[in-house]
Amino acid sequence: MSILVNKDTRVVFQGITGAYGSQHARACIEYGTKVVAGVTPGRGGQRFEDKVPIFDTVEQAVRNEGADVSCIFVPPVGAADAITEAVDAGCKLVICITDGVPVLDMVRVRRFLEGKPARLVGPNCPGVITPGECKIGIMPGHIHKKGHIGVLSRSGTLTYEAVGQLSALGIGQSSCVGIGGDPVGGMDFIDVLELFNQDPDTHGVVLIGEIGGTAEQRAAAWIKQNMKKPVAAFIAGRAAPPGKRMGHAGAIIAGGEGTAAEKIAALEAAGAKVAATPAEMGVAMQAALAAAR
Amino acid sequence: MKIHEYQGKQLFARYGVPVPNGEPAFQASEVAPIADRLIAQTGNPVVVVKAQIHAGGRGKGGGVKVAKGGSAEATALAEKILGMQLVTKQTGPEGQKVRRLYIEQGLDIARELYFAMLVDRERRRVAVIASTEGGMDIEEVAHSTPEKIVKLFIDPVLGLAPYQGRQLAIALGLTAKETQRQFLKLVASLYTCFTAEDCSLLEINPLVVTRAGDVFALDAKVAFDDNAEFRHPEWNAMRDVDEEDPVELQAKRSGLSYVSLDGDIGCLVNGAGLAMATMDIILHYGGKPANFLDVGGGATQEQVKTAFQIILRSERVRGIFVNIFGGIMRCDVVAAGVIAAAKELGLKVPLVVRLEGTNVEAGRKLLDESGLTIQSASSMADGAQKIVAATRGGKAQSGA
Repeated sequence: MSILVNKDTRVVFQGITGAYGSQHARACIEYGTKVVAGVTPGRGGQRFEDKVPIFDTVEQAVRNEGADVSCIFVPPVGAADAITEAVDAGCKLVICITDGVPVLDMVRVRRFLEGKPARLVGPNCPGVITPGECKIGIMPGHIHKKGHIGVLSRSGTLTYEAVGQLSALGIGQSSCVGIGGDPVGGMDFIDVLELFNQDPDTHGVVLIGEIGGTAEQRAAAWIKQNMKKPVAAFIAGRAAPPGKRMGHAGAIIAGGEGTAAEKIAALEAAGAKVAATPAEMGVAMQAALAAAR
Repeated sequence: MKIHEYQGKQLFARYGVPVPNGEPAFQASEVAPIADRLIAQTGNPVVVVKAQIHAGGRGKGGGVKVAKGGSAEATALAEKILGMQLVTKQTGPEGQKVRRLYIEQGLDIARELYFAMLVDRERRRVAVIASTEGGMDIEEVAHSTPEKIVKLFIDPVLGLAPYQGRQLAIALGLTAKETQRQFLKLVASLYTCFTAEDCSLLEINPLVVTRAGDVFALDAKVAFDDNAEFRHPEWNAMRDVDEEDPVELQAKRSGLSYVSLDGDIGCLVNGAGLAMATMDIILHYGGKPANFLDVGGGATQEQVKTAFQIILRSERVRGIFVNIFGGIMRCDVVAAGVIAAAKELGLKVPLVVRLEGTNVEAGRKLLDESGLTIQSASSMADGAQKIVAATRGGKAQSGA
């Protein structure tokens, strides 16, 4: 078992003919992901790498190839439209990799998603992977190892760092989900924690947060109330000054709120094992697993 | 991206938000004719001279002065304020040099209110925040008297509903008919402005009611959502590069994300989260990061070189830590960029490189064979300890 994606997932890549989209579609196919279709308006009828059929619309890709998950590499100007197109076409999961989507576009997308069964991951995220089965996104596949730890993060490369540490310790992963670093996005920490909590194949979770907002504090409150499995955590940004945006649009300490210290305190109070440095995320999970035994 | 108060008010005026009459001035000699014009227009002898810098708290810092003695006094005040290093709680101790002024009509103020719109991350909506406690530090009001703050959320499909405007008016005690009519119009206009202009923040502190019962935005703090820049070519003309860190600006133009800090260890990292974490681990081992620098996912050799140039622009930098976890980014490309930069720039400070991920063997081989003194690190912790030791001339602390 796993969450969100597995070996049967049928993926459509929106923006498959772009430089970025084609590079990563190729890497996902090499990993073994069932990439069943691509979408680029105006290129319908062609094939990607002589194999994957390209359609003009997501609706055609869903109807003809049974795609159920979309991965979006469309530039920011069209990203919100691409998300709504995928949801309307019936994709149950939409993973938006695009970085730089205007915040007010995402406010409208979130309103559009209300009451719909589709889930959104991202934007500005590395994607979702279930090791050995399905990789959808830009993460390096080879660092992952099949196993029982869920990884959940707002940051891309820091997720790879955590996965690399876990794999080096012989600890495999059930699924890894990068929810993205934007102020308004799709699934949040709690949405993904709920899935990991219900997944019998996930035995513990590494949660990686960063400064800005209160999502980690809310996740901590949820963990305290509901989480049945050990949690290890790391919060990036202890060294960040207030009022400065640290790369991610969401990573900014505003009005004294959103500091690393308050997030760490909340997670520790919820029983999570918080790593003192980003080099100790793997061992923190190992310790949390041992303590739960 | 932030803009000045006077630019924010010009924007407001275009959307029908009432603002006092005023004009910007870039030299003290421009002030007298502006003041004379304002006095003639309004029949009020009072004008206000306001420093234009991007940071808040200007009044308390001495950057806002009232002239009751006509254009001569206004000019005298302008001469004092222009060119001063204005220190506010948002500028830091070094302050910000005042290069622009805004000369504005005086108003006969009865009440000062607080009004703001921003994107609420938790509710994923545009939020309106209003308070009867205008002219004060709103964080302080939220902390000590939270009941004096009203907050409501706008459905992006409906837009700001008329009932929400009325709720705000009642909460602010704006019950006089004409005052309330003006306020409702202002609120609707501001929301139109917020969405059409892709704002991330609109803050009016204070929003004033005059003794005659008229409503005016007496201040205008406006920030735009940087992600929406592609559909706002007009923003470029509003950008004031004097208000931005020149190094951060150069980085942005090269597609790099850079923030300068006050330490001495330069950092070059791929990914924002890892870049923050790299700063954290340097701090943990007793060092101080000189910067945040994210070269992004698909950096080229040229961008890596530019990153080095940017880091070395700071004279404080006594060592550089390159921390790359190649996902999209290939380690051999990074290594080639590091070598080219070190050679071309004649790098004199210690360099520690940690490479992991795609094509890592090829990358390490390039570094080993480069003939440069580069310390290679086996992990993030190893790299952080090595760079701290190299810049401290001894050993890193074993962790705080």
